[in-house]
Parts: sequence; C-alpha cells; structure tokens
Amino acid sequence: MEQRALIDSRGKDHRRLILQMLVGSGRGHVGAALSVMEICRVLYDDILRVDPANPKWADRDRFIFSKGHGCLSLYVMLAEKGFFPKEELMRSCHFGSRLGGHPESRKTPGVEASTGALGHGLSIGVGCALAARIDKKSWRTFVLIGDGESNEGSVWEAALSAGKHRLSNLTVLVDYNKFQSYGPSKDIQDLEPFADKWRSFGFAVREVDGHDVPALREALKATPFDAAKPSVLICHTVKGKGFKTTEHNADWHHKAKVKPEELAALLAELEATP
Amino acid sequence: MRKACLLAVHELAKRDPRVVFVGSDITKQNLEKFAAEFPDRYLMEGIYEQHIIGMCAGLAMSGKIPYLNTIATFITRRCYEQVLIDLCLHELPVRLLGSGGGTVYAPLGPTHLANEDLAIMRAIPNMTIVAPCDADEMKRLMAQSLDWHGPLYIRIAKGGDKVVSSDARGFKIGDAIPMHEGKDVLLVSTGITTQVALDAADLLAKDWLTATVLHVHTLKPFDAARVLHYAAQAKAVLTIEEHTLVGGLGSAVAETLMDAGKGGVPFARLGFPDVFTEELGSQAEIMGKYGLTSANLAAKARQLLS
Repeated sequence: MEQRALIDSRGKDHRRLILQMLVGSGRGHVGAALSVMEICRVLYDDILRVDPANPKWADRDRFIFSKGHGCLSLYVMLAEKGFFPKEELMRSCHFGSRLGGHPESRKTPGVEASTGALGHGLSIGVGCALAARIDKKSWRTFVLIGDGESNEGSVWEAALSAGKHRLSNLTVLVDYNKFQSYGPSKDIQDLEPFADKWRSFGFAVREVDGHDVPALREALKATPFDAAKPSVLICHTVKGKGFKTTEHNADWHHKAKVKPEELAALLAELEATP
Repeated sequence: MRKACLLAVHELAKRDPRVVFVGSDITKQNLEKFAAEFPDRYLMEGIYEQHIIGMCAGLAMSGKIPYLNTIATFITRRCYEQVLIDLCLHELPVRLLGSGGGTVYAPLGPTHLANEDLAIMRAIPNMTIVAPCDADEMKRLMAQSLDWHGPLYIRIAKGGDKVVSSDARGFKIGDAIPMHEGKDVLLVSTGITTQVALDAADLLAKDWLTATVLHVHTLKPFDAARVLHYAAQAKAVLTIEEHTLVGGLGSAVAETLMDAGKGGVPFARLGFPDVFTEELGSQAEIMGKYGLTSANLAAKARQLLS
C-alpha cells in the first residue's frame, strides 16, 4: 500500500515538537516516533476513552504502547491532552524527569505499561482484554506494536492466544514502516505475507495508510472488524515520516546530539513541504 | 505439596473474585473443582510461558490476582525478562507456582531441573520468594498469599514430603522459623532441606552437640535479623539448600554475616557446586551425590566445631 497522505498543519506542529524534544532531551528514536505520530493522534483524538484528570479511571480504554522506543509521539499526545504539562516534554531522559527514553507506567501519567524491551505489550494487552471480559466491562484494549517487533516470537504467542480467546475487545495496531535499525525489514526478516499471517492466527485484518488521518479514524471506528475475533489494523507507514532527510534513513532510527544546522535544515524542510 | 497449593487456590477463589487461575498445559488433577465452579476465571493456556507471564501482568493491571502454575524452571528461566519487566518492574500481584523446584525432576534430566531458580529470582527487585518445607506450611503460605503485595514466586517440592512444620511455630511470609533450638551450631535451611537439617540435628544430639535449625522459607525479603540473632549464639554456622551455591540461601547468609561484621564465625555452605548436575536417577540420589544429606551436614558441623 502506498503512503500518499500529506502531513497537515497539526502534523507539522507535532513534528516540530518532536524535534524540540530531541534537542531538549539530547536523544530519541526519531524514526519510529515519526512513523506512529498519526496513529497516536487518531487514537487520542477520536478513539480512546481516557480521562487526563483521572489517568487510573477504572473504566478507561487501555492503550499499551508496546513499541516503546517510539514514545516521543505518545508523549506529544499525552501532553496535548493534559496528562502532564507540555514543558516536561523538553526535559525527557534527564535526571529527575518523568519521561524516559522508553515509556514507564510508574513515572508517566497516562502510560499503561512500561515497555521498551520488544514483544511484551501484546501479551499484556491480552491479559487486559481477558480481565474486561471476565468483569463484563465495555472498556477496550489497544496495543501498538512494530513490524520489527513482530520478529519476536512472543508476539506470535500472544497472537495465538488472542485468536483462541476470540478477543473482539482487543485491537492490535501494527506500525508497518518496513524499516528496522539496520535497514529495510525485507533484508533482515521479511514478514510477508503479513496480513495472511494475522488472518491465520484468528484475527480480522484491515490495512490502512498510517499517515492518512481520516482513513485511520474510519478504520479504528470500525473496530471490531469481526464481532467474534480480535482486530488487527496494519498501518502502512514511513519510518521518519515528514522529512526527506529522515525518511527510510537508518541514521535516524535513534539520534543523539543533533547539530543546530541539522535542526535548522529539518525545520526549513518542514516549512517548505506542501 | 502441589495438591495443597492448588486446592488452596480454589479456596481463595471462593473468597475473592479477583483470583484467576492460569495454567500452561498442565495436568487437570486437583483443578477439576476450580474449573467447574469458576470457568470464567480458569484459564488453561498453551505452552508459551513468555506470553502467559505477560498475560498475567495484564490481568493484574486490571485488578485480578492471577495464580500461575507450571514447571518451575519454565517460569523462571525461559521468561526471565517477562518476570522482571512485566511483573516485578510493575510490582504486580501475580503468584508464580513453580512445580518441581530443585531436583524433583531428576530422572528427566537437566532441562527440567530448577537448581538456580532462587538465585535468579533473588536478583530481581520487588520479587518475593518462598520455599515451604512441607504441605502444611504450603497451606499456611497460600492463606497469606492473597493480600501479599507484589509478585510472589513459590517453589513447590516433590510432594509427600514428611511434615515437619506445625501451627504452633506459626508462619509469616518473610519471618524465618526456628524449628529446633540448640547452642552449639546453627543450621540454616530452606524448602525441603529443613527436613534434612532437622535429621542432622538429631544425629548431632547423639554426640551431645545441640543445633538450632532455622528454616528460612522466605528467601526474599531475607530475614537477616533472625539469622544474625541465632548466629550470634552459635559456635558455627552451616547452610543447606537444594540449589546451586551461586546466589541462593548460603550466599544470602554469607552476605548477611559479612555485612554485619560477623564473618569470623566458622561457616560452611552445602548445595550444588557450579556445574550442571547431569546424573539421572532420583532426587534423593542426586542430593546424596552432592552431600545434601543429614549425615554429611552433621559431619560438616562436627568438623567445624572440632
């Protein structure tokens, strides 16, 4: 699936914020953050039932951010929704900060689970969804995983289990940016036929351009895709989306010490993009 | 001991709707009543330990108290990262019931032994580790498990072990129990080696030597105060565990004594050396080969006292 969606003005604002965070914190997994930005935006704008004033509200929807290294986007949305002051964004990773290089539920309001080691979040999500079912509650569970993360066997253990339990209250979002730390995923561990894999594990599958905000919204509002199955939304994304410099560029998987001239060039690029 | 443990989970489930049972392709034995009475809270899952640890974390994050039972080594070694991150980092009330602790599965070979479970669980913050000495003590432990804060690993022994614990001596998670008192030597034990230590105390009595047997059922949090209290009264201290000498009970006692400046006391540790115990046969044969017997413990004690 092609990614044709353009980044709108709010998407550009989010990206400016991510760059500022990168400078403020001195490091960050930029590529992943840029590829999941619109997924996080649509979840927090239109889908998740959460209360920033009461992050532990018992009947909230659970969002497990399993590809923890993409957390700059999560932090942008949590700050925007008021889970914590925006000023804290600029001090992530620093001593005493509540925002780490990977999300931590014991530090950051709105973060459901501490993630970063890959392949943990989907199992946690299965447990959450089972608990809601046991208690006959209507809250739902969403888990964001990466395509690189899908190399982990534990992801497929959890997928087997979600399929067995027919967890229609569970939605998996896959950030399918087709790029890993080393380079293109197809050269490292090809996942195709990816949608077929999920189908065969008992999931109802849809695919979407992961940067197309209206399409993401429409797809997520249509979950569960099947009343008797867990859903997976495969989001075709671009690693480093928004800047020609960062797109499909392994150098921007994790970036430390961004030079002032690099930052200026990226900001100029953002302004020039239609 | 496993029977007492699983039947207790059923009793707890009757008392508290938060209790959920999770198994990983294990025998139905002793679980039939739970499954019949609480089918919604009875989850018999596949052979994917990484997944079920994470799943238990999700259940616990959502207000449940999961009791997970499978073979000890598969919930300690195989999914160590899930235990560390999903359970301990999040401080979740998940109870890991490890069947076949130590060398129970000796005839099945080294893949099924749990000879380092205590050490690797000890290394994780927020973990609690208990190795009961018999089925009666298991019942006392299970009654306290419901309200215990954070993750709990319970080492289940073979079963049919001689009952040496008693209501009179009580039980509290974290508090070591003096099972026998004497003035010459302190024998510190955990799990089923407490039976061995009590037998050793009887052997020593024949030589007019008296021993205190301190049963450290809870490896973590470690009852350093009681260890120091009884060590201060003894002329020698020995530890015995069905476990590697790397990082288990003996290590914890040695650390405690050294940290308190009491390292001068004659001291010996009995356990498995830093090797894979590859011999087959029975648990008793393996323990015998490595000197985890009452006769050897008594002999070592006499040596230290002479």
